[in-house]
Amino acid sequence: MSLNQISVFVENMPGRLQLLTDALAKNRINMRALSLAETSEFGIVRIIVDDLEAAVSVLKEESFIYTVTKVLGVAIPDEPGGLNRVLNVLSGRSLNVEYMYAFLGGKDAAHAYMIFHVQAPDEAVSALSEEGITCIDDGNLANL
Amino acid sequence: MERYYQPEIECAPVEQIKALQDERLVKQVKHVWDNVPYYRKKMEEKGVTPDDIKGTKDMYKLPFLTKDDLRIAYPYGLMGKPLKECVRIQSTSGTTGKRVVAFYTQHDIDLWEDCCARAIVAAGGTDEDVCQVSYGYGLFTGGPGLNGGSHKVGCLTVPTSSGNTERQIMFIQDLKSTILCCTPSYAAYLGETMKEMGLTPDQIPLKAGIFGAEAWSEEMRQDIQNTLGIKAYDIYGLTELSGPGVSFECSEQSGMHINEDHFIAEIIDPNTGEVLPEGTKGELVFTSLTKEAFPLLRYRTRDICVLTRKKCSCGRTFIKMAKPMGRSDDMLIIRGVNVFPSQIEAVLIAAGYPANYQIVVDRVKNSDTLDVQVEMTPEMFADNVGEVKKRQAALEAGLRSMLGISAKVVLVAPKTIARSEGKAVRVIDKRKI
Repeated sequence: MSLNQISVFVENMPGRLQLLTDALAKNRINMRALSLAETSEFGIVRIIVDDLEAAVSVLKEESFIYTVTKVLGVAIPDEPGGLNRVLNVLSGRSLNVEYMYAFLGGKDAAHAYMIFHVQAPDEAVSALSEEGITCIDDGNLANL
Repeated sequence: MERYYQPEIECAPVEQIKALQDERLVKQVKHVWDNVPYYRKKMEEKGVTPDDIKGTKDMYKLPFLTKDDLRIAYPYGLMGKPLKECVRIQSTSGTTGKRVVAFYTQHDIDLWEDCCARAIVAAGGTDEDVCQVSYGYGLFTGGPGLNGGSHKVGCLTVPTSSGNTERQIMFIQDLKSTILCCTPSYAAYLGETMKEMGLTPDQIPLKAGIFGAEAWSEEMRQDIQNTLGIKAYDIYGLTELSGPGVSFECSEQSGMHINEDHFIAEIIDPNTGEVLPEGTKGELVFTSLTKEAFPLLRYRTRDICVLTRKKCSCGRTFIKMAKPMGRSDDMLIIRGVNVFPSQIEAVLIAAGYPANYQIVVDRVKNSDTLDVQVEMTPEMFADNVGEVKKRQAALEAGLRSMLGISAKVVLVAPKTIARSEGKAVRVIDKRKI
């Protein structure tokens, strides 16, 4: 069970993010989730794409600086207390959430999907599974 | 009324100054030949002996010294006196490989302080003045030089050294400092700060400033004069020759009189080494005539400059040099500190960064800024803003320790640093000087 995220370095300047989206668009790579962490000078764009291998080769080709990180993708019941249940499991195991962001769109109306970055993603996946919470991986992205 | 510290020489007839230079040069060449094997070897390689040097007209026969020679001969190779006769060293701000250590006998210090005293008196200083020396004290020559000069003039000397702006202003106000010695950018900064505090020029006791160690424009002079309500005088010098006071401005404020009884100035073509006629732009070369411990002959300053000997309204007869208009090497002077791009490159490479960088120097609010743009690499990058910033800060700390001044590291995307003819443009100097 693993979900891979690509983090890309972008300068905090007009047009720099668009260079990235342009490279992905030209190669027909679809972004399923995105978040941006920014400082006054640079940003880190974090994306989940439908085709990891293709995206990595495009980024390499276009001289982007990137890193691939294992993250946690969680299907959260779309109801009050849904996120709280997930966080409760993680805090019970002392797993710190460094950042999180929401998944874009989705065919499944009953769930919201969120991406979490924790130090030990494998441990988090098994802890959540024990509590009946479903995690997603690269393989079932296309169905979401 | 114009005052002089040593009028008998500062206003001597040109023929007398030239005769003194001839006499001192012959003696100095002999001294170097006898005591500095490094330079003697250079003379021998050129087939020159002290007998060939009968006066300044023969100077062109002598070999040049460059910063490279100083590096090769570091630390003791160019000394003209045994260590036991030396009482002090001073050192340039540059580090690793480029550091210059100059030695002084007590006599050398005495003459150096005379030169600084001439500058202070030319700026109107007398024993009635309170002279605040806000140049750095220590290895840097600025503080010790002006401090000694101020003592010689008999000013009440306030050795604040550099930094701590609040305290500087407190002393100016409380002790009624009348003369300020520091870098022009610091003078401008002090002026701005005092203005923000609501002080008008007539509430500031200063009347004159002696500013050097970095390039500054005529506009900057006007700014400083207006905000502080003073007359601002330029001073020039190099650690290699003594320190500040190699040349200084008079009331005319149009070029700096070179202390010709201690230094001979020449202008050469930086490419051929050929001596150029007076009034031509070229590289400034100095020969020290009286230095005992560190007697440099024909030292290439790399400063591009013009010399002119015209009758000066101040009464001094020493030849004048214009403000240096640039460099014939890639050295940058940032906040008074000598910076070579190669030093920055060394820090980047040692820290595992690509040697692909660009240095952007600018002057914001009369203070120099130094940005080092570095192309991001996969190794430097992390999925964590804090981690990237930590690496950036570590690099900034490395630069600071190498250069002696702070630099800002700007991370840029790969392949974004402009290249011309396949070669990266390493330095962009936006300062208008």
